[in-house]
Amino acid sequence: MILVELRKLIRRPRTWLTIGLLTALPTIVAIFLATTKVAPRPGEGPAFLSAVLANGALYPAAALGIVLPIFLPVAVAVIAGDSVAGEASAGTLRYLVCRPVGRTRLLVAKLVSIIVFVLLAVVVVAGVGYLVGTQLFGSGPLSSTSGTSLSTTQATLRTMLAVGYVGFSMLGVAAVAMFLSTVTDSALGAALGALALLVTSQVLVLLDAAASVRPYLPTRYWLAFVDLFRDPVLWRDVGRGFALQAVYVAMFLAAAWANFATKDVAS
Amino acid sequence: MTAPDVTLAIATTGLSKRFGAVVAVDAVDLAVPTGARYGFLGPNGSGKTTTLRMLLGLVFASAGSIEVLGQPMPRQSRSVLAQVGALVEGPAAYGHLCGRANLELMDAAGPGAPRRTRRARIAAALERVGLDAVGRRPVKAYSLGMRQRLGLAAALLRAPRLLILDEPTNGLDPQGIHEVRELLLELNYGGTTIFLSSHLLAEVEALCTTVGVVDRGRLVVQDELAALRRLTGNVVVGTPDAERALALLDGRLAHREADRIWVQADDPARLNAELVAAGVRVADLRAERRSLEDVVLAVTTHGSDRIAGGTRIAGSTR
Repeated sequence: MILVELRKLIRRPRTWLTIGLLTALPTIVAIFLATTKVAPRPGEGPAFLSAVLANGALYPAAALGIVLPIFLPVAVAVIAGDSVAGEASAGTLRYLVCRPVGRTRLLVAKLVSIIVFVLLAVVVVAGVGYLVGTQLFGSGPLSSTSGTSLSTTQATLRTMLAVGYVGFSMLGVAAVAMFLSTVTDSALGAALGALALLVTSQVLVLLDAAASVRPYLPTRYWLAFVDLFRDPVLWRDVGRGFALQAVYVAMFLAAAWANFATKDVAS
Repeated sequence: MTAPDVTLAIATTGLSKRFGAVVAVDAVDLAVPTGARYGFLGPNGSGKTTTLRMLLGLVFASAGSIEVLGQPMPRQSRSVLAQVGALVEGPAAYGHLCGRANLELMDAAGPGAPRRTRRARIAAALERVGLDAVGRRPVKAYSLGMRQRLGLAAALLRAPRLLILDEPTNGLDPQGIHEVRELLLELNYGGTTIFLSSHLLAEVEALCTTVGVVDRGRLVVQDELAALRRLTGNVVVGTPDAERALALLDGRLAHREADRIWVQADDPARLNAELVAAGVRVADLRAERRSLEDVVLAVTTHGSDRIAGGTRIAGSTR
């Protein structure tokens, strides 16, 4: 069943269109930067953008920083929100269940396919970011955000860690959207529900009055991947972000399973 | 557990489903004999589809038990449903893929479908439903009838022992309806039990051996078609000499429409002899049977899609 879901994923034009759009945004940003040479001042705008003019090899991290706040979670919410609700509204869910595909098995297969999509998207964004960055800005001496120099191996390793961390951060969104997808038959509704939660979280993160709940907000530690490029690596927020996402994923997947396993398929 | 009752392909006892305060299915005891062609009839909204969904493990029953192919459902759904082909509330497929790719995905998704025979089984199923020459066209470009055929092909993929079909001829033209009927008969002769729901009485009358009628969630009739279509005790006589026949049959006449008369008589042969002996010319003569429509109208109320308060226009039951 997992293979079937993966085949559905790669044969769906939407998958590739979404990934294409995800890579288009950092590419456009890179072209503007390369032609005008006007970099945002350090500390402003998306992470790393001020540094990439000097060194294109940091552009994968910058590209992740560009798609992370909005574009990537939207894509993940849409794909995950569609996972069960899309099958329900197309009518194929009833045929899968009476095929029979066990309901738990179906959810697991959907989850694996979403994880593959997220990893694929993040890797492609980082990969294209590297190509675009080195082509447009050239690769100079690498330095960490703390100013010390990094070897190429170190930089590659840290970029891979960042890719993994960003991918994992998206699983919280995916779990929420997937849970909502088992609740409603509307894929759009499920995606919007997950996005509403994200927007709320992102607003509250910036609100000092909400400081008491800040450590528990799903988007709180998303940008902690920047810490992976400090010297030495600042693990504290990355670790907390990882743990927090794991809790969200476990909670909403359990809810999705409990709901779907006992639900009447009436679509 | 005792040996499963293999003479019944589907057996339910007290099967009920409530949606909140609404009782959609109320204590239904289905008995579908193995090898039968069972027609499941009822007005719209009478609980047909909900019952069918419970048989397939899509909807969970509120009360009662279900046995399909001798095994309890939904507990044994993995082994039971692998031997069941189903078409529920219209076909469904991934629109951006062609029919063959859809069947491949569906086949690969569940148990009981060996990969090495997949290609051959798909080709055979497509040929059976008349879609073998459809090519690589995506399903979203299919007509309603083609989608229906594809849905049937999906149900036939694994040579099921039991076919559960919801309105299988929906969207088909008369030629297509005839083809599907022939196909179902052929499968049934090969040993497949067929359970089909429909509101097309003519379709059920032409195809089925056993009939169940559900009305407002309750199973109101369940019997063999031959038993339901019993004689009414009337003989219909067509004659150009209707006036003379009337005089002769004084008191035994039930009804008349122009040169067609309904006579209360147990023995059509003796009636015929009597008429001919009296010089009444007989153009045609047959013992009248109750039609399935009479049976169904007598036991059902109107469908839930009718909102008006009045009663149904009285049927012309003679």
